[in-house]
This record gives sequence, structure tokens and C-alpha cells, in this order.
Amino acid sequence: MSTAVDRFDEAARAKVGAHARTTIHRDELLRHPAYTRVLHWCVAACFVPALLSGFAVYSPCLYRWVTPLFGGGPMTRLLHPWFSLGFVVFFTLQFLNWLQPMSWTPDDRRWMRRLKQYVSNDEPFEPEYVDFFNAGQKVYFWAIVVSAILFLASGIPMWFPVTFGRILVSIGYVLHDLAGLVMLVGFIVHIYEGTAAEPGTFQSMTRGTVEKRWAWTHHPAWYRRATGRDPRADYADAVARQARSAAAPDQHPPRPS
Amino acid sequence: MPTGMLQIRQISGHVGSAPGAGVQREEEVCKYIDVTTCIGCKACEVACVEWNDMPFQQTTFDNTYQTMPATAWNYWNLIKFNEQPREDGTLQWLMRKDQCMHCEDPGCLRACPADGAIVQYTNGIVDFQQENCIGCQYCVSGCPFDIPKFNGTTKKVYKCTLCSDRVGQGLEPACIKSCPTGCLKFGTKADMRALADSRARQLREHSGFPNAGVYDPPSIGGTHVIYVLHDVTHPERYGGLPANPTIPPAFTIWKRVAKPIALALALLAAPVAFFHYVMEGPKEPQPPSGPFSTGFGESAPPSGPAEREVPR
Repeated sequence: MSTAVDRFDEAARAKVGAHARTTIHRDELLRHPAYTRVLHWCVAACFVPALLSGFAVYSPCLYRWVTPLFGGGPMTRLLHPWFSLGFVVFFTLQFLNWLQPMSWTPDDRRWMRRLKQYVSNDEPFEPEYVDFFNAGQKVYFWAIVVSAILFLASGIPMWFPVTFGRILVSIGYVLHDLAGLVMLVGFIVHIYEGTAAEPGTFQSMTRGTVEKRWAWTHHPAWYRRATGRDPRADYADAVARQARSAAAPDQHPPRPS
Repeated sequence: MPTGMLQIRQISGHVGSAPGAGVQREEEVCKYIDVTTCIGCKACEVACVEWNDMPFQQTTFDNTYQTMPATAWNYWNLIKFNEQPREDGTLQWLMRKDQCMHCEDPGCLRACPADGAIVQYTNGIVDFQQENCIGCQYCVSGCPFDIPKFNGTTKKVYKCTLCSDRVGQGLEPACIKSCPTGCLKFGTKADMRALADSRARQLREHSGFPNAGVYDPPSIGGTHVIYVLHDVTHPERYGGLPANPTIPPAFTIWKRVAKPIALALALLAAPVAFFHYVMEGPKEPQPPSGPFSTGFGESAPPSGPAEREVPR
């Protein structure tokens, strides 16, 4: 099973990669290959209108505000399940693509215990053991997986209520709302963390690269795996280089090895 | 449906109260159906499709007297027939005119998310406004009587209007006008309820139906269509009339109370994130490259030639 998934992922990455180019500048690392980026934005292009059209119908307080975006109430209702199906299809591919780096490890339990320090920016560096994704990112990923299953399991009866009966549909109505609320909170946090909260993160999903500084700061274990070098030692080198160039600003900075 | 003469009391999916609600006092109306004097002639079915101008469609013949298995989007009024075995082995032939019950607390209106797609007039009639209907069919799940029916072509839901267009002009509903036995009557809720109670008493005391009674279920605040039944303890025998009709909690406590609170809490994430940025600032890559970076795009513009390009 897992080898079949791996083979599928590899083939998909190669096929999309054949039409794509990722430019890695000096002092940068490849973070997300083109296939991952394309999937991410396809998921987003379906998810955002699905979330908006869903919340348009969620509450009378939002109905008059949000339904005009989709051409009125009937059109909102008509489009919502199709946006959602697109989301499910693309997210299924992303799920397979990220299954391995998103798997939960004992280190993630350790990370969750220091969530408070993470949120309050107490430590400038992530702990040594944080690999490609930290536990917070994994929680968001698995929350999407669970929500997508809930959305689908409750959404299909809501789409065809006569077939499934009113009790099943009304239970589905509550589950659909709950999944939507989880996704709304997750989405707000996701946008914040991906843009303003951590400078340099957004470009990992656009150009596909991150600065090495970013990598050794936020994902030291991944930095070690990707470069074979010690993240703290390279940080110390960078500080020394900065100090040298501040002392002699005309001197061209040495190329990193 | 024309609404000129009718005052709206409740509006589905609407913020705030109905405009003008309570300005005019109006008697609540009621349709009285005495199933003990119904002869199953189906004149009301014909009058309904005639008045509402709904073309008849092909139906399913299932070897009974029933026109079709259930009401349809273009067939709002259906006599349901049932052969009920008595204890002595003989059959009791039950027939009940099935249509919208015009609940005092309408599950369809509670469930509906579309502003103004379902209204309840001050006279108690519950009416669908198809121009505001979005076709989500939540009303189908909200209704305890399986009345709203979806039209896949127009993507709208339809049901009996209690002839709100006729009632608004001071006429009785079409089905009432056509009834040859007088088992259908139309008037104020108080009058019809009193009439039904006296008829039920007559059945109990003089006609040998000790369980005769009035079907006006209190679980949904009563209905604006009431039945006199031979045996009110077994309403389900009359074509599946529910003994205790209820609205799912999903459309009452969850929709009215929990959902707005949950939404407000969820949206709180946005100001929390904003003030987190204001108070804690961003997590810069170490060592920070300069005094300011927005977080969008590159944190430092890449300088010099590309080190390498990878085809991935």
C-alpha cells in the first residue's frame, strides 16, 4: 500500500516537475517542489470558495453579505458542493503527498507540551528535533483530514436529503457545521502563521524555497537532514559573518560553503 | 403568492423580527378535517391542482385507491387510504387528506437558511416564497410530516399554501370549496377547534368510537390543520400521521443558540491573531537580516546570480 502511494507520489512529482522550474538562490533551500505548490493552491482555490459559500448559508447574519459574492442564494447553494468536491479531490492528492512528513512522532508530543512557549515567541529557535513539519502544522493537517471526512460523510446526505432521510440529514447538519467551524479557525491561524507571523514562510509556497536562516530557525532537524550540517554551528557562522561585514562593509561577503 | 392582504409574523433565515409584525390583529385560521365523514372522493385533490394550475403527471398505480404514493412538488393534496384490521377480523377503511399542516412552530421555517424563503403569516399560514428559495432542502429535514417537495428542474421546494392567495382575498381554500360531504371546514382556529372537540365527543358518546379525538399536536404548538380521528391514540394508522411530531434539535437549540455563539468564538481567531502580531511580533529567521520585514514575499531580496536551478 505505502509503496504504491510512494510510487504514485514520485510519478506525480516527476510529471508536474517536468513542466516546472524552481530557482534556488544563494543561501536558500528547496522546501516545496512544484507538485506540492500546485496542489496547495488548487486546494486553496477550492477550499476558500467552499468555506465562504458554506458560511453564507451558515447564519442569517452572513447570508445577505456573502451570497452576492456567488451570484445570489440559489447559485451559492448550487456551487458549494462542487467547490467542496474539488477540495476533496485535490486534498486527497495532497494527503498522499504529505502522508510521510505529516506522520505523528514522539517528538511531536514533546513539541505540543511547549506550545505555550511557541505561541509567546519565548524562544527564537525551534527545538533541535523539529523536522520538516512541526507538530502544530501536523495538527492542522490532521484536522483537515478529519474535517474533510466529516464534510463528505455529512455533506452527501445533505445534498440528497430525500435518499437519506431527515434524521440522518439533521445530524449531518450539525457535524457539517462543526467541521466548518474547525476549518474556519484553522484557516485563520494558517494564513497568519504562513504570512505575517513567520517572515519568509510565504515564499516556500510560491517560489518553493526558503532561506537557510529560516530553515535552521524553524526546522533544525530538517536543515540537518537537507544539508548534512549542524544548524546551530551554521547560525553561529552567520552571526560572525554579519559582524565581519558590519566592520568592513565594502568587502564582498564570502560565499557560503 | 400575493401577500397584500396578509401580515407576516415570522420570516425564515432573517435577522430581527418581521417588519410590521403585530401591527394588525388577525384571527388565526384553521382547516378542519373530519376523517370520519370523508368518503375519499378526491374532489379536494382535483380542486387543488385546478386552482394552483399544476398539470397532472404520470403516477404509480399500486392496486389501491390512492392517487400516488406520496404528495409531490406539483401535487400538494393527497387522500391517503389504509385498510386497518379490527380486532374481530373485519377491516376499517381509513382515509385521510394529507397536506401541509401549517404548524404553529414550523420546522421548515426553523430549518430554512434563506432570508424570506419561508414566511408565517399572522393568520398562521406557512407559505414558501419560491423567489427566495435556494433549493437547499433543509426544510425537508425540518418537517415532521414529509411535506416540502423538491423540484429538480426549478431547484425550488413547493408545498400546500393553504390557498394563501384565496384566503388573503377573503375566500376559503379550494379544497374546502370542493368538499361534497362537509368533512372539510375552514374558519378561525378557535371555532374549528371547538367544532372538532364537539364532533369527537359525539363520536365517543354516540357512535361507538371510545378513542375518538382531535389531532392538534402540542409538540409543535398545535397546527392550523386539525383532524378528527376515530382513534386518536393511533394516528400513524392514518397514512403515517406522527403521534408526536418534533423538529430535530439541529434546527432549534443548535441553530438558534449554539451556532451564533460558535461562529463568534471561531471568528475571534482573527483579532487574536492580529493582536498576537501587535503584541508579540513576528518570529524572524535568526539572525534577523534587518530592522523590518513584512512577512510577505521574500524576507530579504535575493542578491547575485541563482546558485542553481532544479527541475522540480
